[in-house]
Amino acid sequence: MIRFERVGFRYGGTPVLTDVDLEIEEGELCLVAGRTGTGKSTLLRAVNGLVPHFTGGVLSGRVTVAGRDTRDHPPRELADVVGYVGQDPRAGFVSDVVEEELAYGMESLGVPPDVMRRRVEETLDLLGLAGLRDRPLGTLSGGQAQRVAIGSVLTTHPKVLVLDEPTSALDPVGAEDVLATLQRLVHDLGLTVVLAEHRLERVVHLADTMVLLPGDGRPPAYGPTGAIMADSPVAPPVVRLGRLAGWSPLPLSVRDARRAAAPLRERLAVAPPPAPPSVNGDGRTLASVRGLEVRYGPVPALRGVDLSVASGEVIALMGRNGAGKSSLLRALVGLVRPAGGRVRVGDAAPHETPPRVMVRNAGLVPQDAADLLYAETVAAECAAADRDMAAERGACRSLFERLAPGVDDALHPRDLSEGQRLSLALAVILTGRPPLVLLDEPTRGLDYTAKERLVEIVRDLAADGHALVLATHDVELVAEVATRTVVVAEGEIVADGPTAEVVVSSPAFAPQVGKILAPAPVLTVDQAREVLA
Amino acid sequence: MNRRLHPGAWWLWALGLATAATRTTDPLLLLLVGAVTGTVVAVRRTDDPWARAYGMFLRIGLFVVVVRLVFGAVFAAQAPGTTLVTLPSVTLPSWMAGLRVGGPVTAEGLAVAGYDALRLATVLVCVGAANALAAPSRLLKSVPGALYEVGVAVVVAMTFAPQAVAHVRRVRDAQRLRGRADRGIRSLRRLAMPVLEGALDRSVQLAAAMDARGYGRTAAVPRTRRRATAALVLGGLLAVCAGLYGLLDGQAPAALGTPMLLAGSVCAAAGLWLGGRRSPRTRYRPDPWALPEWVTGGSGVLAAAAMTAAGLAGTEGLRPVPGSAPGLPALPAAGVLLALAPALLRRIRT
Repeated sequence: MIRFERVGFRYGGTPVLTDVDLEIEEGELCLVAGRTGTGKSTLLRAVNGLVPHFTGGVLSGRVTVAGRDTRDHPPRELADVVGYVGQDPRAGFVSDVVEEELAYGMESLGVPPDVMRRRVEETLDLLGLAGLRDRPLGTLSGGQAQRVAIGSVLTTHPKVLVLDEPTSALDPVGAEDVLATLQRLVHDLGLTVVLAEHRLERVVHLADTMVLLPGDGRPPAYGPTGAIMADSPVAPPVVRLGRLAGWSPLPLSVRDARRAAAPLRERLAVAPPPAPPSVNGDGRTLASVRGLEVRYGPVPALRGVDLSVASGEVIALMGRNGAGKSSLLRALVGLVRPAGGRVRVGDAAPHETPPRVMVRNAGLVPQDAADLLYAETVAAECAAADRDMAAERGACRSLFERLAPGVDDALHPRDLSEGQRLSLALAVILTGRPPLVLLDEPTRGLDYTAKERLVEIVRDLAADGHALVLATHDVELVAEVATRTVVVAEGEIVADGPTAEVVVSSPAFAPQVGKILAPAPVLTVDQAREVLA
Repeated sequence: MNRRLHPGAWWLWALGLATAATRTTDPLLLLLVGAVTGTVVAVRRTDDPWARAYGMFLRIGLFVVVVRLVFGAVFAAQAPGTTLVTLPSVTLPSWMAGLRVGGPVTAEGLAVAGYDALRLATVLVCVGAANALAAPSRLLKSVPGALYEVGVAVVVAMTFAPQAVAHVRRVRDAQRLRGRADRGIRSLRRLAMPVLEGALDRSVQLAAAMDARGYGRTAAVPRTRRRATAALVLGGLLAVCAGLYGLLDGQAPAALGTPMLLAGSVCAAAGLWLGGRRSPRTRYRPDPWALPEWVTGGSGVLAAAAMTAAGLAGTEGLRPVPGSAPGLPALPAAGVLLALAPALLRRIRT
């Protein structure tokens, strides 16, 4: 269905892809993995000709899809065989209502009106969107928007579906919805799906084959998922646990791993439980929230929330998209004014404290870390941060060096990798030395290596006596670092306690290792290694 | 299921009433036109965001009346008649003769200014009614195939505005997080850069998505036909402009009015039809034009026709003389009342 023959791609002088040889069969679900910047998006966009027709650059070799050479067919001429959904599905919406959006592609292709009508109805049912048909696109949740975007390319009946990080921005439940949909499409319609994803733990068990991009100039590895995973440098916890325990064949899903793990569970039942992550602050309360209410217009975002944060704690805030996690973080730095209740950070009410003073009490790295950055170079950004936070010269630059060593000063912040950009934003915030550090969805777009680095940084900060609050969907990150987990639903706190207690009992928030080894309270591969040692 | 009327029907209805309003200065007739639009909007409006447009246009209309009255009282030469008040006046140098500041204000002078302003305000209110009743995106969907690209550009621009506003809010938050004041000229400059970058980013992403979904597929068209299309459309639209001008300005020569408008419309329609064949697009669920559309559009056209006929027949009272009490001529009033028809149609079921 898709054939890459000795494909290489250069952008300017930099090679992005070299010697890619692939042959993806009809009905295959192919996962493209690799670290940030290894050319995953480029490979996906080469399938429908966006690379190089839209992006520029030099493509060598030959890419054919359903017998059509992308050299002679620009993306619009491939629209009837390849459906492409980009990283941010909302950025690709052309109309304003769900139903119209589903029809848009067919209108462009000149599909007759009666066929269009029928396909829109079929697609609404197939993707479970019937209840949303008249909804304005701006009001959809992340998971719904992603499903509408998939639906809008499916209506043209493509043979290939290409998805760039379809679940990265979604909460665990929304991601399940999207992935279940994809699996149905592959199994029932025989669609060929190519997708890139950082969160391998969510998709690896669904993939038939895998393309692993090494990113060091060598050609990519391509083969059955199990074979590639056996020695892939990026691997989800289930695979790492399998390697640790020496299981063969290597399990890719929690179900397979759980069947292989029976002897391991017996050993764990008698072993002493792993020590919970220690809290090494002085126990001083840095922030307290009592009966907090926040509204946006008439819409309540938080209703009667109580929370206190002590130094040295790492608190994970979990919950659905729109549950009120971000609102709570915003209230702690004074970006929203409470409609009721009381917020104290340090010894001041955040919304009444001028920003200049507030940065010394609490710092927030927003969901899109790039929002914080607007200088032309890394050096200028750091100098501006020193001035903003009235710190001594070079303070921000040395912090950044600690978080992400060896980055060129002259680079534009937009040219940094996701992980480096997050580190830079974090360095800017830390320049004010706030005891309370808040991170909103920090692992979005981070690969495993960057995530490991983030885990180290978070632990170091906690050891220095900072208190951290992370709003996140990433259950694996929570299992690694959080000393306490707070679950928010509908603007209220529904669970608050030590991470091991809160997440083990939850089907949505339990990490993979937790699910495999339950009832033993072991949440991460490292803990399993310690217990077994 | 309730069906929305074709947006074109609403615009035809509203423009019919607006045309009727331009042909008279009788305040009672003008107020009647306003009342008719208000009634129809009250009965037929939806909960959509654009439905609030009517109130906004009403306020603009009131503002126009007030400004016109103030200017009329202070600056305009007054019609002779009963002096209401005498404003302190300024003697202007001789080279500014013809202008006047202050002096006596007559009731007749105010009436002339008020009638004139009311006419303009009524036209505005008619346009507001069309805006409130016709869904803008549906209207764009009904543009001819040749103008399709323009329609898409407008829809995209409409969705960009709220996104840009959201982005501005995010960047302002980020400024606060960095400990900067979020007010003042300097913060404005720091705001502009990231917001522009964001808008550019989104446009590039959108362009890629549209390309990938088959936007801009065209059928091969010979060059001569492309040129013929362009000439027909441009020439036709020019003729339509001239024709509209002739029709709305009662003093223009008759040849400039209806005949020119008709010829221009035919020309432009032919051009658009030719141009539309260039693109292989089809339409998903186009709005049908059925009986309710004929009734709505027709009632507006009839209102305009009744007013125009009365004007041609020289009916008394269409342009009341200041000082005398304004009347309500029967034929035009009946025509305007006909435009209440859409309110009686209620919700239509399909």
